[in-house]
Amino acid sequence: MKPGFRQSMAWLHTWSGLLVGWVLFAVFLTGTAAYLRPEISLWMRPELEVTRPGPDIAPRLMEAMARIAPGSQSWTIGMPTARDPVARVFWRDPQAPNRRGFRDAALHPVTGEVLTARATRGGEFFYRFHFDLHYMSPIVARWIVSVCAMFMLVAIISGIVTHRRIFADFFTFRPGKGQRSWLDGHAVAAVLALPYHLMITYTGLVTLMFLTMPWGAQLAYKGDRAAMNADIFGNAPVTRPAGRPAPLVEIGPLVEEAARRWEGGSVGRIAVQNPGDARATIQLVRQDSERISFNPQSLLFDGTTGVLISATGEAALPAAETRGVMYGLHVGRFAGPLLRGLFLLSGLAGSVMVATGCVLWAVRTRQQAEKRGRVGFGTRLVEHLNIAAIAGLPVAMATFFWANRLLPAQMEGRAEWEIHLFFAAWGLCLLHPLLRSGRRAWVEQLGLGALLFALLPLLNFAITRRHLGVTLAEGDWIRAGFDLGLLALGAALGAVALLVAQHGRTRPGTRCRAAAPLATAEAAE
Amino acid sequence: MRLPPWTGVLSRSIAAILGGYLLASLVAACCALGLALPRAEAVMTGAMLAFAIHAGAVVYVFAVRSAWRAWAGLALPAALLGGLLWLLQSGGAA
Repeated sequence: MKPGFRQSMAWLHTWSGLLVGWVLFAVFLTGTAAYLRPEISLWMRPELEVTRPGPDIAPRLMEAMARIAPGSQSWTIGMPTARDPVARVFWRDPQAPNRRGFRDAALHPVTGEVLTARATRGGEFFYRFHFDLHYMSPIVARWIVSVCAMFMLVAIISGIVTHRRIFADFFTFRPGKGQRSWLDGHAVAAVLALPYHLMITYTGLVTLMFLTMPWGAQLAYKGDRAAMNADIFGNAPVTRPAGRPAPLVEIGPLVEEAARRWEGGSVGRIAVQNPGDARATIQLVRQDSERISFNPQSLLFDGTTGVLISATGEAALPAAETRGVMYGLHVGRFAGPLLRGLFLLSGLAGSVMVATGCVLWAVRTRQQAEKRGRVGFGTRLVEHLNIAAIAGLPVAMATFFWANRLLPAQMEGRAEWEIHLFFAAWGLCLLHPLLRSGRRAWVEQLGLGALLFALLPLLNFAITRRHLGVTLAEGDWIRAGFDLGLLALGAALGAVALLVAQHGRTRPGTRCRAAAPLATAEAAE
Repeated sequence: MRLPPWTGVLSRSIAAILGGYLLASLVAACCALGLALPRAEAVMTGAMLAFAIHAGAVVYVFAVRSAWRAWAGLALPAALLGGLLWLLQSGGAA
């Protein structure tokens, strides 16, 4: 470590960023994809028609639930929206083989009929992966992701300190200058969306704070989880069935009452406990896209009389509202199309920031090592992992989409196999740099990712009815937009692959040396 | 005796990660018990503040001149907060 505040912060920035950079890149990129969770899910189920939700859909859905889950203790109905135009329902069934005693289905947004589509986790996979990872306990995964996010927070703060020329560097990009360009690219991606990076990192930590920072809650509630859940999350206490049958109250008037109390707000979720029993309850939860704060506004009704029992989230206190807003900002569900687009671009900028940071370390260390005449194992390891983590992840994500299109619709364990193939592709990307020189491995993996993404819309022409020719003509903007986005992503990856390939041809080391004095100047700064 | 430089880095890393977490936890716990707010409010204020405290502690640990100073700079507020927490808990029990 070097003396001096800015130098020690530069050191801290480098190491806190590098050590967890690969995990952060994966979390950032899949988290960015999670902004499009409903769109991805719809694209991955080409069987589903896009129909505008009917006006009186709540009663239809309640009837459907009574039909498909008659003996169940609890139903949850996710109402259809413009972004996700099918109703997603799940219900308790102790006999269900997986999903911890729950079954689920997608229902038609007008008739309430059960829709059949290929089994897939859809966009849910990326959303889950970005904090639960996979093939491991979600608790362990959330700790890993939280620790990495804390490193990220430290890297951002020390990066700001290191980088005093923030505003000037925003306008500085010197392409084709080796390490200098990576540094500029890193700074531009970081500074461009700096408030977003800080926000998303801190709010990410806050979403998991009851896991990672539970000490205050444990002392204040002395282990009384039920009291804490009721206080903080407004969870309705679980009621036991009375054992006496009683018909459920009509849902229509309850929905109207909710709209009145929420000043025109709409119901996003209906949770029914003990349907058909004398102690039934119906909870209506407000659509989370209507407010920034994620503190759910909800109304709890007696399920047989329709009398309002309690309301939550109507007057949230400051800390609860702060947490709600942080949570809401993190998940970004309140954002309309324009703001969501900005979130998406900022998330991509964050991924680029992490990626260029990791590459910058490798480029700088190799230059120093080549001056000494010996490239160490550490440098080669970082270079290898950079390729697999940065260029390999897009290949894996594209493979996930290809698997979705190519695996047989009726295959056993189909949804799981899409995910296994995602990891298999990523694993191959981890092995591939063993057989290739660094630059060739970069170009090949980036190029493969570009091809896989760009060919997906063409594959749609070949094997589905939902290709651009149909979706554009029908005004199915979600699927058409997603196909066009895949093309854009393929083009972007292809452009990066070309740049890397050309750079290798035109730069036999002269530029590298020309950039060296700048590099030492930067290091001394 | 002069220790090799990596021991200083290791010592600071432990101070930053574990010491920083301990300090942040103490702040969260003191807020949860000490703030004159409804219980859930106090708990959440403390928890949300904790990450900023931890990040600040990490920056501090790597900014000061020596690893010893880093440990001392964490130990002093931690001891004060620990004492405060002890008072709050015994006060709450009485």
